[in-house]
Amino acid sequence: MNLEGYSLLSILKEIERGSINAEDVNDFYYKKSLQLNDKINAYITLLKPDDKKINGNLKGIALAIKDNISTKGIKTTCASKMLESYVPPYDATAVSKLKEQGGRILGKTNMDEFAMGSSGENSAFGPTRNPLNNDYVTGGSSSGSAAAVAANMAPISLGSDTGGSVRAPASFTGIVGFKPSYGAVSRYGLIAYANSLEVIGILGKYTKDVKFLFKLIAGKDPLDSTSLNVELNEKEQFKPKILVIKSFVELSKDEVKKEFYRSISKIDEEGFEVKFIDSFSLTEYLLSAYYTIACAEASTNLSRYDGIRYGPKVESTGNWRDYITKARSFFGPEVKARIMMGTFILSAGYYETYYLRALQLRKLIRQEFEKIVRGYDALYIPTMPVLPWRIGEAIEDPKMAYASDVLTVLPNLTGSPALSLPVGRIREFFVGGQLIGLRGDDIKVLKIAEMMEEILKVKNDGRN
Amino acid sequence: MEEIKVGLEVHVQLVTLKTKLFCSCSSDYRGKPPNVNICPVCTGLPGSMPTLNKRAVEEALKVVFMLNAQPYATSYFFRKTYFYPDLPKNFQITQYDKAGGYPLAHDGSLKLTNGKVVRIERIHLEEDPGRIYYEGSRATAKYSLIDYNRSGIALIEIVTAPDMSSAEEARDFVERLTTILSDVGINVRDYEGALRVDVNVSYAGGERVEVKNVTGAASVEKAVVYEVFRQKTMHEKGIKVVRETRAWDEKRRITIGSRGKEFEEEYRYMPEPDLPPVIITEALMQKVKDEIGGSQEERYNEIVNDGINEELAKKISSDKQLYSVYEKVKFYEPTLKQLAANVLANEISYLMKRYSVKSLPDDVSGLVEILQNYRSIPDHDTAVDYLKKWVEGEKVKVSLQATSVNEIHDDVVKVVAENYDKIKNLEYTKKFEFLMGILIRKFGKENKKVLVEELTKVLSETR
Ligand SMILES: [Zn+2]
Repeated sequence: MNLEGYSLLSILKEIERGSINAEDVNDFYYKKSLQLNDKINAYITLLKPDDKKINGNLKGIALAIKDNISTKGIKTTCASKMLESYVPPYDATAVSKLKEQGGRILGKTNMDEFAMGSSGENSAFGPTRNPLNNDYVTGGSSSGSAAAVAANMAPISLGSDTGGSVRAPASFTGIVGFKPSYGAVSRYGLIAYANSLEVIGILGKYTKDVKFLFKLIAGKDPLDSTSLNVELNEKEQFKPKILVIKSFVELSKDEVKKEFYRSISKIDEEGFEVKFIDSFSLTEYLLSAYYTIACAEASTNLSRYDGIRYGPKVESTGNWRDYITKARSFFGPEVKARIMMGTFILSAGYYETYYLRALQLRKLIRQEFEKIVRGYDALYIPTMPVLPWRIGEAIEDPKMAYASDVLTVLPNLTGSPALSLPVGRIREFFVGGQLIGLRGDDIKVLKIAEMMEEILKVKNDGRN
Repeated sequence: MEEIKVGLEVHVQLVTLKTKLFCSCSSDYRGKPPNVNICPVCTGLPGSMPTLNKRAVEEALKVVFMLNAQPYATSYFFRKTYFYPDLPKNFQITQYDKAGGYPLAHDGSLKLTNGKVVRIERIHLEEDPGRIYYEGSRATAKYSLIDYNRSGIALIEIVTAPDMSSAEEARDFVERLTTILSDVGINVRDYEGALRVDVNVSYAGGERVEVKNVTGAASVEKAVVYEVFRQKTMHEKGIKVVRETRAWDEKRRITIGSRGKEFEEEYRYMPEPDLPPVIITEALMQKVKDEIGGSQEERYNEIVNDGINEELAKKISSDKQLYSVYEKVKFYEPTLKQLAANVLANEISYLMKRYSVKSLPDDVSGLVEILQNYRSIPDHDTAVDYLKKWVEGEKVKVSLQATSVNEIHDDVVKVVAENYDKIKNLEYTKKFEFLMGILIRKFGKENKKVLVEELTKVLSETR
């Protein structure tokens, strides 16, 4: 059986009809993963699905889960040496919801360590390689979740998005990546990098698959006080009103820009109402507000990894400072850098200068965003200003990787739903377009993406 | 005599709660095998998230009101980062009054026995860390064993101004506080380690020295005595007292300086992003106030307003239970309030002490019955016997008289009326004897006292 290019929904329909069974489906993706993982490095842990029959919406289909989402009895490493042997005794709420509805776990996917990174290169288990060209990065931090879907190593996957971590790799691998509204999916069990910015997201080949899975995992969770119920009912067909901020498009490389504008004329022809404005007044503060908040939260989140409960054993010399230095050395360089930045930001005397100001900026950015976008169904801008770069290329210039986040951090600061879908092609790669809605408009954003998918017909079906 | 300034930071476990502050694990950790009441949240496992135990806010508010403090309408949880093996996340979730934060409440007060008022600067909620256990002693133990059963237990921290000026006052503060806590059911005396104090002492305008982790009022007094002695000695020798944190050695009754050089404490406070602000609504405050029935002062005023004399009011208002019984009796039968006040302040409080009764019955109907028939109980000892039964939770039926005084009164009137023709010409004594005979046959000898009283009354009215 060859399921390349199949949507999850069509697979489920075939199982319903009895033409295939879940065991065959799982076998297909498992074998494909075994065959490709050496090359792509999408999985840190790959599990052979058992053949017990399971009912429920997902009918026993096995999915890929990012390795920072807790899975009971299955190693959850955050792609870090610090957690290389950590096995959670509990399931994240999103995982237990999938299991309750007949889902299985196919494996735990590679990622930037502790979700810190935009390329998928910062993993203690080696970089994930882009299925479109193995010498290039997949984008991160949900690199393995994107690569697995793009390379037919999984029908669909869960990732997490703190500043673009679902959308960036979706864009670089030519698939759909959805970051729900902040709180729309419970974070309970998602190993925290920056609590106030992140959410569990979904990566798939088709928007309809992503929407289907979103509805299965969305909703308020008593274990996550920041979670909420968003509207899950769909509106009748409507004519989308789209806003484009030109200065955001202009931040992109020329070839990206060209493909992006081409997608605009196509949807315009098909009856979308497209409005342009020149700029977003707080653009220059987006990255600094984002990194200040993210690093501050990260530095406290990661302080628990002290070698006592997690991490390889450190022989004590009796000197406490020696011990802690050794125990903390198991973090990779990017994680260390962000912990140090966060520690500095929260230090006495700097808290007001940096952290409180970043929080104030976030508030202003939120207000400005809502003011501009209200009256439209979504904002439409490119996902990544650049195409994937060669593995290793950005290491000499870390600011290059940081700058590539400029278009994706906005919805994390505003708590908005955001989705990246392929809207153009350049050589073997794709250009990702990003739809951003008001918080709570998740279904609306997904609906518009479905309509655009239909119009643009740019698809990475994994059969390149 | 040089000036001594003492300020206290009192940590109190909310022992009335069944579960921990941020998870649903049992808070009953004493005497349990290690690490049985734990979950991903209170062991700080990656990905776990705290959710606030709403009951903890209510219990904390009781203390806030008892200490006349003002709750903030909105308060926040913060992360206080420091490394210690008993702290599973390496940060403690607490509340903070700087960096844009507000604690649960501010500006309270507590009156010492000598009449001095100690200001309370703030009260906040926080989680207790786990416990480290050393087999044998700390010096000889091969391992530091960690027990997380206590991790995440709800604490309130009460921070006073440096208003106490002697060891006795510091001790009195802790004792008075302990009493106030037990007024709202937080009986810290019954739970080892439920009240722990950080004691701040400065002598003769010198730097303030913090003595950490002193348990109980008596030890607080000893710690202040020692610290004043130590600082005074240094002062006299011309050695400057440095600002530092010292540990209390309960066995040797001395404070011990921390080794190594001093450094500024750096806790890197930041708002806890996983917890929404704590909102104190009017409705919540009313609910809590209804549960505690206000402060002693409020109780006192209410009783005095009922027309009860000050001495009785003071006695009843000082005991939460007596007051609650008084209120209930008043609710059942307002006319009994004076009698209830008398009996509660005298007989019942005597009985509670005499038989070490910890809690009075919730159901006051037995007491109401006793009080309604109080005048017809033949003597004081019998009355006390009845009261003792009620206090001990037994069912009370005042059986010595079949009927209530009111009914007896009605019946006496009836008997007099029925026999009016027969007695109208008899002289008073004869009349009295005749009617008494009928009444005793009807109500029994045991009611003689009340029958005599009632008959005398009725006859005097019909004369
Ligand atoms: Zn727990």
